[in-house]
Amino acid sequence: MKVTIDGQSIEVEPGTTILQAARMIGGESVPPAMCYYSKLKGSGGKCRCCLVEVSKGSEADPRPMPKLMASCVTGCMEGMEVNSKNSDRVREARQSVTEFLLINHPLDCPICDQAGECDLQDLSFEHGKSKTRFIEEKRTFEPEDIGPNIQLHMNRCILCQRCVQVADQLTDKRVHGVLDRGDHANISTCISKAIDNEFSGNMIDVCPVGALTDKTFRFKSRVWFNKPFNAHRECTTPGCCGKTTVWMFGNEIQRVTGRKDQYHEVEDFICNECRFDHKDPADWVIEGPRKFDKDSVINQNNYTRKLDTVHIATEEGILKGREQDRKKISMTAIPLKKEEQEEFKNGNL
Amino acid sequence: MSKKILLDKINVPGIKTYEVYRREGGYASVEKAIKSMTPDEVVEEVKKSGLRGRGGAGFPAGMKWSFIDKKSGKPRHLVCNADESEPGTFKDRYLMEFIPHLLIEGMITSSFALGANRSYIYIRGEYMWVFKILERAIAEAKAAGWLGKNILGSGYDLELHVHCGAGAYICGEETALIESLEGKRGNPRIKPPFPAVSGLWANPTVVNNVETIAAVPWIVNNSGDDYAKIGIGRSTGTKLISASGNIKNPGVYEIELGLSVDEFMNSDEYLGGMSSNRPLKALVPGGSSVPILPADLIFKTANGEDRLMTYESLSDGGFATGSMLGSGGFIVYDDTACIVRNTWNFSRFYHHESCGQCTPCREGTGWLEKVLHRIENGHGREEDIDLLWSIQSKIEGNTICPLGDAASWPVAAAIRHFRDEFEYHVRFPERIKNRDHFVNEPFEKVKHLASKQTV
Amino acid sequence: MERIHYKQEINMTETLMNRINELISHYPEDKRKSALLPVLHEVQDAHDNWLSIELMDKVADILGILPIEVYEVATFYTMYNLKPIGKYMFEFCQTSCCCLNGVEDLMDYTCEKLGVGIGETTADGLFEVRGVECLGACGYAPMMQLGDFYKEHLTREKIDQLIADCRDNKIILHDK
Repeated sequence: MKVTIDGQSIEVEPGTTILQAARMIGGESVPPAMCYYSKLKGSGGKCRCCLVEVSKGSEADPRPMPKLMASCVTGCMEGMEVNSKNSDRVREARQSVTEFLLINHPLDCPICDQAGECDLQDLSFEHGKSKTRFIEEKRTFEPEDIGPNIQLHMNRCILCQRCVQVADQLTDKRVHGVLDRGDHANISTCISKAIDNEFSGNMIDVCPVGALTDKTFRFKSRVWFNKPFNAHRECTTPGCCGKTTVWMFGNEIQRVTGRKDQYHEVEDFICNECRFDHKDPADWVIEGPRKFDKDSVINQNNYTRKLDTVHIATEEGILKGREQDRKKISMTAIPLKKEEQEEFKNGNL
Repeated sequence: MSKKILLDKINVPGIKTYEVYRREGGYASVEKAIKSMTPDEVVEEVKKSGLRGRGGAGFPAGMKWSFIDKKSGKPRHLVCNADESEPGTFKDRYLMEFIPHLLIEGMITSSFALGANRSYIYIRGEYMWVFKILERAIAEAKAAGWLGKNILGSGYDLELHVHCGAGAYICGEETALIESLEGKRGNPRIKPPFPAVSGLWANPTVVNNVETIAAVPWIVNNSGDDYAKIGIGRSTGTKLISASGNIKNPGVYEIELGLSVDEFMNSDEYLGGMSSNRPLKALVPGGSSVPILPADLIFKTANGEDRLMTYESLSDGGFATGSMLGSGGFIVYDDTACIVRNTWNFSRFYHHESCGQCTPCREGTGWLEKVLHRIENGHGREEDIDLLWSIQSKIEGNTICPLGDAASWPVAAAIRHFRDEFEYHVRFPERIKNRDHFVNEPFEKVKHLASKQTV
Repeated sequence: MERIHYKQEINMTETLMNRINELISHYPEDKRKSALLPVLHEVQDAHDNWLSIELMDKVADILGILPIEVYEVATFYTMYNLKPIGKYMFEFCQTSCCCLNGVEDLMDYTCEKLGVGIGETTADGLFEVRGVECLGACGYAPMMQLGDFYKEHLTREKIDQLIADCRDNKIILHDK
């Protein structure tokens, strides 16, 4: 079947979705996808980032589709014509979805381990605005401990439900899911149960944001300070391919992940033993450096180069702000001085 | 007196019971269909009747039936949507509570037409006492041989059960309803595939509203053509309207489509005019999701024609000057009502009922509510009105199911027709701090204050 | 999200099990999960109108599904209570028409009379006041749900009467 996306035509098999066809074409027409994951059945359709305009339904029924369609779940038809990046409507819709995804997001990238490889960062870089129109209080969730390996940050979650599908499709006893509803829907085990399964670590890899991160890597390093290498080992866990990317700092393995392709999908799932328990380079056969997109921040990895001394102009301001915070919060360890207390009471900080 | 089809026998004492219902001619359509018609003939009659889905969208029922996949050889199901939760709508409950056997008769005849051997009535969990009424009615019908194996010796089998929800407006959306019937969270499915191909347990399924199914016996007993003679144009037959708000006689009414809004509102046979002598301010004609109409667009359309109770006339003028018949939830407001407060109220409802599956609805409905809450409570900013407009336009059309649209339309319409009232709220926060701020000081009286600054 | 868990005495009586099995029989043998919503209603009604984790696990066991599948459903729908609640729960509809007809004043009145806030239980465990969304009784506003039934056209006097009746144990909550 022939489909045309942003003016570029391609022949595809019946049953191919618009998103898959666009990925075959490649380049700028590929819609962003936050919830679709080609290796997970039933994923997609939820985040609405990949909306496209179908300007011609098919050869048989050339009428345009009135609404924008989620390209990840809409099948191609013979003669279909699609506008992705070329359509103002589509661009506007993606901007809207980006804004919606960000209004309740904590925007804590500076302390988020996902920063640098976060799909939401990429999306907002492409479609977001620097200014927010949201002045209400952000929605937050109580933290939940889901076990020794994985850190759950529900406030960052965009509810793509990929991690639920991983648990459903790779493991036999899912213990976490989506609880509650509406904007309070959250990923949880409900009973604060540790997620304990040989393949649970893949939840980290499929998470498009920093909602699920690796506890063994937590706060260790920015991802772009690590050098990724393809590596493998003889893994005895049934179902694990043993092929990974190890992220090195000097001679130290800081974390192990699956091998992710250009759409940030893992090529194959790996077991928890590979991911969490083998941080000794001797355990691995290092194949060579892992290639990344040209403009990925991971390629900006020039920590080996000598840096000039940088003066940060905002530093003074930051220090002043800290001092103000100390007064406002009045930490018990550093109590306010007497005259400061007086001032504080009068509201003059 | 206009023609009554659904509520014709409603005042017969004991019509709730099987004996009286049967004595009054009930279950005749089952006999007629099973003994003298083929399933396709029944579908054909319903098609001819022009009966349109009474749940809100108004899709032709016969056409929906004809889409059901009969070739796959999979079992087929009919599911009745009794998850009535649209604010302003309470007609299905009335029908099921007071004449339950009519729905059951309709279910049997319709299931026969679709070749469904296992059908369900999905009722909202809050209607628990109606759930019990239906369970008993089904047991009575089964005892009398209208359900089970080999009905009337025809070889046709049908199992009919009631299934109860548990408090989720979204389960009124047909695919969410199916998910809920499968014992899952009520998250709408992505379409296609449509339920007619892959619905309940991946089998071909038709989902119809209570009122739609209840109209089928009459159509079969008489004919599709007879039904099509009632009403005007493509709005055929009768419709149940649930009327509420500031009117003299709230309640459920059966009207012939084509009745004028004026007559419906003001005649003593129906609503009997306003409940007090306050003037009419606004009308929501079809449940909370449809656009609100200001007083000058209620009885006349924008081009001066009489506004009629039909699908077409109520939507005349599009969203700019029209609305929709929707589910028939007719809410009338007098001038003590605050449109901003009411819009916030609806927004809170949609925020509460969003399933949380897709981004624009999950995040957008909450945002709308928060902004509206601020405006209503005197913390609005001038730019919030445009912000609301922008948010609703970003939700609309971008969601998996129509709940996103339903949350957007009331906000858009309120701003379109009552923008000055929003401005008043923003500019005079001290005047609106009590929740009944328009009771003693209707907006008409203070309107000049808002308009003064809009030079 | 971390949740507080409460203990509950579980008593799956024979009557309850019979009813559960009847509900399960309404669905094909391999689709037992479909009975989840109605079964949760029954189990909740028989256990002081709330569901503990243990009780939900029990239901999962009966239906042959994973516990998380029950939690997911029980937290989605508003009618399942996941913590102990007052015996008589006054659920006021607060949407549109009920609001037009003064339900907010009635809620204030009820709260004041019972000495609780919205969403709180009285010290004796008898009453709880809640605001809920449209219950489908707009023409009979203002109204509330009490157990399986609706109380419509409410006034202050009717609320006084209802509270008195509850205290005298004259109110039937469930139609069994």
